[in-house]
Amino acid sequence: MDDLKDIILNYVSGEYLEEGADPLDYDTPLISGGIVDSFSMVSLKRFLENKYKISIPDADASPQAFDSVNKIAELVKRFVK
Amino acid sequence: MAYNDNVRHLYQEQLKGLKDAGIFKQERYIHSKQAADIEVEFPEGSSLKKVINMCANNYLGLSSHPEVIEAAHKGLDARGYGMSSVRFICGTQDIHHELERKMTDFLGTEDTILFPSCMDANAGVFEAVLTKDDVMISDRLVHASLIDGIRLCGAVQDSIKHSDMAHLESKLQLHADKRLRLVITDGVFSMDGDTAKLDEMVALCEKYNAMLLVDESHASGFIGKTGRGTHEKCGVMGKIDIITTTFGKGLGGACGGCVSGRKELVEMCRQKARPYLFSNTIAPVVVAGVLKVLDILNASTERRDKLERNAAYWRKGLTEAGFVLKEGDTPIVPVMFFNAKLSQDFSRALYDEGVYAIGFFFPVVPQGQARIRTQLSAGHEIHHLDKALAAFIKVGKKFDILGKTKQEIIEKYGN
Repeated sequence: MDDLKDIILNYVSGEYLEEGADPLDYDTPLISGGIVDSFSMVSLKRFLENKYKISIPDADASPQAFDSVNKIAELVKRFVK
Repeated sequence: MAYNDNVRHLYQEQLKGLKDAGIFKQERYIHSKQAADIEVEFPEGSSLKKVINMCANNYLGLSSHPEVIEAAHKGLDARGYGMSSVRFICGTQDIHHELERKMTDFLGTEDTILFPSCMDANAGVFEAVLTKDDVMISDRLVHASLIDGIRLCGAVQDSIKHSDMAHLESKLQLHADKRLRLVITDGVFSMDGDTAKLDEMVALCEKYNAMLLVDESHASGFIGKTGRGTHEKCGVMGKIDIITTTFGKGLGGACGGCVSGRKELVEMCRQKARPYLFSNTIAPVVVAGVLKVLDILNASTERRDKLERNAAYWRKGLTEAGFVLKEGDTPIVPVMFFNAKLSQDFSRALYDEGVYAIGFFFPVVPQGQARIRTQLSAGHEIHHLDKALAAFIKVGKKFDILGKTKQEIIEKYGN
């Protein structure tokens, strides 16, 4: 599970953090905290789907479900067989 | 529902919240024509103060140019005041068509369609040319009107770090399975004053079979050797699929905008773009004014050349005085204060010294990047810039920030 979280954390940090920004932790609010804009959720979703060979329905890919590394990891776990 | 006390109270509380957060916007009343020298009533009810305007989008100084005013008068007499119709019913005059042809020539594109504003152009263009099978990949610092247009469109949305070409390439690879890919950027970014890497973007779009849209609102008329825009500066004239731009800044400063580009895409806007279909277009008086603006710009590069000299002079003066600036070579010169209150206090002190320049802070710019965005004009003379520079230095000494680094300013004032 920590591997999954770290993979997500590394991806989100590389994708969204600007140079000099404070590092993220598993509970940092991503969307409500303004780090991940709603436009970019799609690439995060596509990254997870490709990486874990899963399909996350749009109805489950809510901003709330993507709002922290912990929440994203929970979401992914639901779909990984 | 009646507008009862509870509803009124709800809105009063929201407005109070804006005031408490220091983000309540107040207009300042200008009692003169838009120009380098303006007379301002601020705060409301106070006596008029003559100040140097350092924050208008009047890049080419054409907002009150006598030839433009005369042309507008003639247009008003010849074609009337309003159209009382949308374009496709009975709201298209010969001069609207003429302006579309002249903008096509000016921008070096295939076709052009006018919109009531560039905000409307950006609101309408995406849904007119894309579907849910497509993807839009935008720079994260694009103008709010592009963001609104993207939100109105059913295509997949994605974004890239500001001007990060490696990131763009990875996103083009990620979305290779989509029917169409549209990359979206500003030509000149309005808050930072930097320029998009259009040459590199065109190369990537060609490599990955993507289209490119550029908002040229802060570029049309003065960026590039003959003022055609960022695509001229970057050597990619004719290679931009969609250009959106405004007549509300360099090109006369009144209002109106357009989508210019591949003829099929422009025609799709004419058939499907809702701000075009359901709103009157630009009034004849403004069309006549913009036609004269294009005549002036086609006849000589004098005004954009002067603007370029003014911007270089201003940037050099501020740098030598010890201010921290955002790097760039456009007429947008952001002076960095980092701390929101400092930017507001500095702006107010400048006003007392006869210089009108507004401070911007979060959420207009990222947290901790408060600034005063100064904007140059071909209407500025050197004496305007010298006086404004003296005011900046005087106020800079008062706040003790001259020669201080970003870190030192943040240590002194916080961010």
